[in-house]
Amino acid sequence: MTMELDVFVGNTTIMDEEVYQLWLDGYTVNDAVRVRMDGGVMEECEASADVLLSDTMDQYRTFQMCERLLHSPSKLGNQLLFQIPPHRQAMLIERYYTFDDGFVREVLGKKLSKGTKKDLDDIGAKTGVTLKSCRRQFDNFKRVFKVVEELKGPLVENIHHHFLLSDKLARDYAAIVFFANNRFETGKRKLQYLTFQDFAFCAGQLISNWTVGAVDNMVEDMDVDLDKEFLQDLKELKVLINDKDLLDQHKSLVCTALRGKTNNLNEMETNFKNLSRGLVNIAAKLTNAKDVRDLFIDLVEKFIEPCRSDRWTSADVRLYLTHYNNSVHLLDTFKHQVVWNRYMDVVKSSINILHVRLDESEGLSCFMEKKKSQRWGR
Amino acid sequence: MPGKLKAKIVAGRHLPVMDRASDLTDAFVEVKFGNTTFKTDVCHKSLNPQWNSEWFKFEVDDEDLQDEPLQVTVLDHDTYSANDAIGKVYIDIDPLLCSEAASVISGWFPIYDTIHGIRGEINVLVKVELFNDLNRFRQSSCGVKFFCTASIPRCYRAVLVHGFVEELVVNEDPEYQWIDRIRTPRASNEARQRLISLMSGELQRKIGLKVLEMGGNAVVGYLQCFDLEGESGLVVRAIGTACTLDKLSSGSAPNTNTHMHPSTAPASNACNSPSKDGKDVSVHEFLHIRPVFGEDMTSTSGPPTPFRALPTTSSSLPPFSPSKPCSRQSSSSDTDLSLTPKTGMGSGGSVGKEAGPLKTLLRQQTQTALEQREFPFFTLTSFPPGFLVHVGGVVSARSVKLLDRIHNPDEPETRDAWWEEIRQEIKSHGKALGCHAVVGYSESTSICEEVCILSASGTAAILNPRYMREGCLDIGITDHRFEEPSPPSCGFCHIPYDELNMPFPAQLTYCYLCRRQKVPDVLFTTINLPAEAAVTGKGCLIQARLCRLKKKAQGEVNATAISNLLPFMEYELHTQLMNKLKLRSMNALFGLHIQISVGENMLLGLASATGVYLAALPPPGGIQIAGKTPGDLSAEHHILTIQKRINDTIAKNKELYQINPPELTEEVLGSPVPDSRQRSRLFRSHSESSDEVSELDLSHGKKDAFVLEIDDTDAVEDIHSLLTDAPTPTGFYSCNTEIMPGIYNWTSGVQMFTSVRVFRLSNANLTNQGLNKIFTDLCENLLKSFYFKLRSMIPCCLCQLNFTVAVPEEELIQVTVTAVAMTFDKDQNQEMTADKPPAKGGNETEEQLQFPLELCADPSSANCQPASKASGVPECSNFSSIDRCSTWLELLRLKAHTIRRGSVKTISSLERSSPLPEGRSRSLRSNRSFGGISVTVVKMTPLSFLPGTRIIKYLGIINMFFIRETTSLREEGGVSGFLHTFIAEVFSMVRAHVAALGGNAVVSYSMKECMLMENPNKNQAQCLINVSGDAVICVRETDQEPTPSTASI
Repeated sequence: MTMELDVFVGNTTIMDEEVYQLWLDGYTVNDAVRVRMDGGVMEECEASADVLLSDTMDQYRTFQMCERLLHSPSKLGNQLLFQIPPHRQAMLIERYYTFDDGFVREVLGKKLSKGTKKDLDDIGAKTGVTLKSCRRQFDNFKRVFKVVEELKGPLVENIHHHFLLSDKLARDYAAIVFFANNRFETGKRKLQYLTFQDFAFCAGQLISNWTVGAVDNMVEDMDVDLDKEFLQDLKELKVLINDKDLLDQHKSLVCTALRGKTNNLNEMETNFKNLSRGLVNIAAKLTNAKDVRDLFIDLVEKFIEPCRSDRWTSADVRLYLTHYNNSVHLLDTFKHQVVWNRYMDVVKSSINILHVRLDESEGLSCFMEKKKSQRWGR
Repeated sequence: MPGKLKAKIVAGRHLPVMDRASDLTDAFVEVKFGNTTFKTDVCHKSLNPQWNSEWFKFEVDDEDLQDEPLQVTVLDHDTYSANDAIGKVYIDIDPLLCSEAASVISGWFPIYDTIHGIRGEINVLVKVELFNDLNRFRQSSCGVKFFCTASIPRCYRAVLVHGFVEELVVNEDPEYQWIDRIRTPRASNEARQRLISLMSGELQRKIGLKVLEMGGNAVVGYLQCFDLEGESGLVVRAIGTACTLDKLSSGSAPNTNTHMHPSTAPASNACNSPSKDGKDVSVHEFLHIRPVFGEDMTSTSGPPTPFRALPTTSSSLPPFSPSKPCSRQSSSSDTDLSLTPKTGMGSGGSVGKEAGPLKTLLRQQTQTALEQREFPFFTLTSFPPGFLVHVGGVVSARSVKLLDRIHNPDEPETRDAWWEEIRQEIKSHGKALGCHAVVGYSESTSICEEVCILSASGTAAILNPRYMREGCLDIGITDHRFEEPSPPSCGFCHIPYDELNMPFPAQLTYCYLCRRQKVPDVLFTTINLPAEAAVTGKGCLIQARLCRLKKKAQGEVNATAISNLLPFMEYELHTQLMNKLKLRSMNALFGLHIQISVGENMLLGLASATGVYLAALPPPGGIQIAGKTPGDLSAEHHILTIQKRINDTIAKNKELYQINPPELTEEVLGSPVPDSRQRSRLFRSHSESSDEVSELDLSHGKKDAFVLEIDDTDAVEDIHSLLTDAPTPTGFYSCNTEIMPGIYNWTSGVQMFTSVRVFRLSNANLTNQGLNKIFTDLCENLLKSFYFKLRSMIPCCLCQLNFTVAVPEEELIQVTVTAVAMTFDKDQNQEMTADKPPAKGGNETEEQLQFPLELCADPSSANCQPASKASGVPECSNFSSIDRCSTWLELLRLKAHTIRRGSVKTISSLERSSPLPEGRSRSLRSNRSFGGISVTVVKMTPLSFLPGTRIIKYLGIINMFFIRETTSLREEGGVSGFLHTFIAEVFSMVRAHVAALGGNAVVSYSMKECMLMENPNKNQAQCLINVSGDAVICVRETDQEPTPSTASI
């Protein structure tokens, strides 16, 4: 029987996690009821479809009423309207801010603007995420971005504090905010094999090494903006490729160190100048905003692709980079060790992860599986 | 000028944005009490303003303190135009007027607007300084404590129970004033809220004065209701039971818990070993029924516990208080002798059969005492052990009135007269049942246009005569317990009326427990199951539902039509109840509440009660189906099928509710059983295996069967509907009383909820049957829905399920339910039952069996005559309907299957009942301290206790009335969204007030009114909600009293 009115309100707000997830995923009430019926909840408690519908409506209403509070999660803790035990509050918030890796991968590095928002239906169609859910996720990104944009202090902590998210999720949001702010290009075909988590890892590296916050932890936007001075200093690294002596010295140091440790020594030797030039040039161009955006595509084109064509293994890459980096310290005439370290720490770990993933994506199935598990695993 | 009220506005948070330009608000606060207003500074451009105001001081009469709420209004300052109101907070300062309640109100209150709902919160601090004023003619009654709890509140003990208090105030409804045409909906809603708040304050003050006059200091079972009569006015009325309460020292308080575990154990002690029981029960509250006149100093009522009379009481007593200290009472055995020469060792026999004259005498004495009072009514539903001697049955009265015939609508006289009339009726019904008092008493109304049905109901009872005679004297510290006139586990079931002069035809048998006195075969009551009652198995919620169409009419014609319908509705409801009771193989109903709601074109009747199997009462007979036309083969076959289904259902229910009473052979029943025999029987019952159960079940069909005649299609429908009630799913139990008999190991999971459903009838021409089906489905689906939603709490019991029905508009049926789900420990439960032979229903059975044993050991008591075995008449027409005046009953009596057990009801002129909250409950301690959370967790329960906790302080009564209106219904999610938000808001405001008083729980919570009016076409809706309860502080029960392991189950 259809009711003109049908409500159920508990003194302690009743919420079913399964229904919450369906709501978050953007299911309509009727679809949610169908999913629940298929899930067998009816047999479990001798319920009828009517009962399920009424329950689902109640819960959807509750979630809608809560949504306003979830937009500023700290309010959820001291609002009076709903009596929700603290652990449930945490669950509500965490799930509300959880996103689909597939979706976030699509908007990563894009400007969180109205324009992007208009493309959400396409993204939704592409990733299989409902438009409603896309909107929620996009708005979450935007909201977090807006709040932390003007705050002082470490990005992750700010997010953690203002949105009461778990450490892991706060880090992911930091990555999203960081990418959105610097507009890193991630959508090119050559970067398609990378997952959000790969970029999130790189973002973590970038934040802790290249931002203003890496040297000064009490300024605005410290973790969001790259350290301009540092970028300027990177130009000095050009000496490594421009100075013939330095370049040869560097090459011989690396080759000596690599001897006996790899089968690809020859390729490494022949490619050394090319690769080194690539990396140093990337560094030198970073003062240019456009080149910052292309950081990842550059790393792939200038370094990873040459390595690929020479069939380096990931171990080879790691080994090569280690010695490439360390050998510079032995160059007496090179005066920019600090800047070099700061640059190479990030480049090294980023290239490593980018290369490893490329390896893995060879077996595409493997790649898909990971994506899937990331999506459902949280 | 005996009081100074001080208020301080600290801060606000989460305020709404009032200035779109800046996305901020310039908020300030007006604090108003009476006609005095103070303002804070404007806190510019902030959604979280810090005002930190000075203390605003109001110097006022305590009369005003009681009547007026403190009104806090938050506004947005606007330089160029009028300031915009953000919202208001009304703070009832009554709790501060009582030294024992809260001392300060401090906390965050939701800022409420009748149009927008909650808009942020405000932190307020309120204190009161009272100057002592000993003016005898004062108009205020500061200091009188009010409790919604319908039992002696935990952590108090009743020194005296003075009796019934009532009051009624009338005012013009602001909605119907001419000015309402020109003011905004907000202004009109606020005027209404404020008026009702004022009227409630006035009402409480007036009742308080009556209590002081009687010498009491508290009102328990306080029940306040509103009647929105429309044009003729707005009535606020209240009833309650005046008491003198004494706060127990904290140490002894926990003992009162005994209540909560309906234990048969103390009962067994009660028979013979006072001393043993003494320590355990020493703290039971006890009551003195206030003596009203001199001759036979009737006055105290002490429970079976050591009687500690209070010196203080005498001073407060009027001059005619007990003149002679009845010192003889000091020893319990003396008492017994003096009262009932008969008693030997088994005190149970005091009112044995030959004690007839004595019994009468006793009754006369107590009666006179009580009769002296205008109305010997008690709104209590749970009592100290021993207080209740016998229960006669349900008494009720209804009356249909026309509101447009009130001569002087602004004065309360007419309504007073109406209620007076009804109460007289109730009183005389009680008398007809041989009872001198009415307990579990409640009143309600149902209004539709100009027709109003007034209803009252209660349970006729005899209260312990000893309490009446004892005098409230201090007999020193009497350590002896009273001996019971009959064992507490069954005593209350014994008939109070004279067997030879029965008020109605009833089928009596000797009590199955003590075997000395007569009991009816079925017992209906409006009270909670007495803690000490011996019960077999579990109980369950039983509902009878009924719809009756009526023609639309006006005025007198309408009223007559309604009053003509009422008796038939009541009759049918009773028939349904009785059938359903038998179907569950139970023999008693507790917490019976019958509501009849009137609409323009129909009447709705809903009777809810909790069925149990009382060990003292005979097993219910089965239900036999008889066809009208013998010879018709197909019909006979049909009947056989139905019969089989019924028998199956009965068998299934027995299993479900674990009803396995010891099998009693009829000979045993019929004759005074010799000792040896009893013993052997006892053994036998032990040895019996569960296999016998099935056999037992079958026997039901034969013995004492209840015949349902299928003579027309209606009857077939009825029988079908009987069988359609879905059983509660595994893991769930439900009842509408405080606690479920048979469950004792409650754990701390508590979920109070309110659910509202409105069904719109389609235009199709509905028949009564069709309507019944819809209504039944509506109720059943609600229950199913609860079970589903609360499935995570399994094993759990829905307690105090309070259904309220209304016909808000033509074509609409509204059902509102408030209840609490409580978890219990299933393992323990199973263990208990597993311990005992399952067939025999656990220890209870055993204990029950012990009684007869003890009692019969006394030869003198063996004089019980064999009850002639259950009458051979297949249909038991034992029912007690007393109705002197109504001819309809005469007619009904002629009907073969009249069934109305132990209930007397009359319909006086014209009437109808409205949803009244069921009696609240009894008490338990509750609590829990929560740390580390910024918002205090406030638990709410309609029961008088929270399991696993102990109430250490009552902070005052919560009585709140809210109106919410919207002109953007669709935007708020339709009526469901609108009401969902509103109910959540009401809960949050209740919690906030309790937290501000320093409390962490609300007990005896009830939603008395939830009146919804909608106009979807205009995108509008309005809703009124009234809630009440007792704010308490409770703490986790650390030193749990030893769980009466023997007693439980």
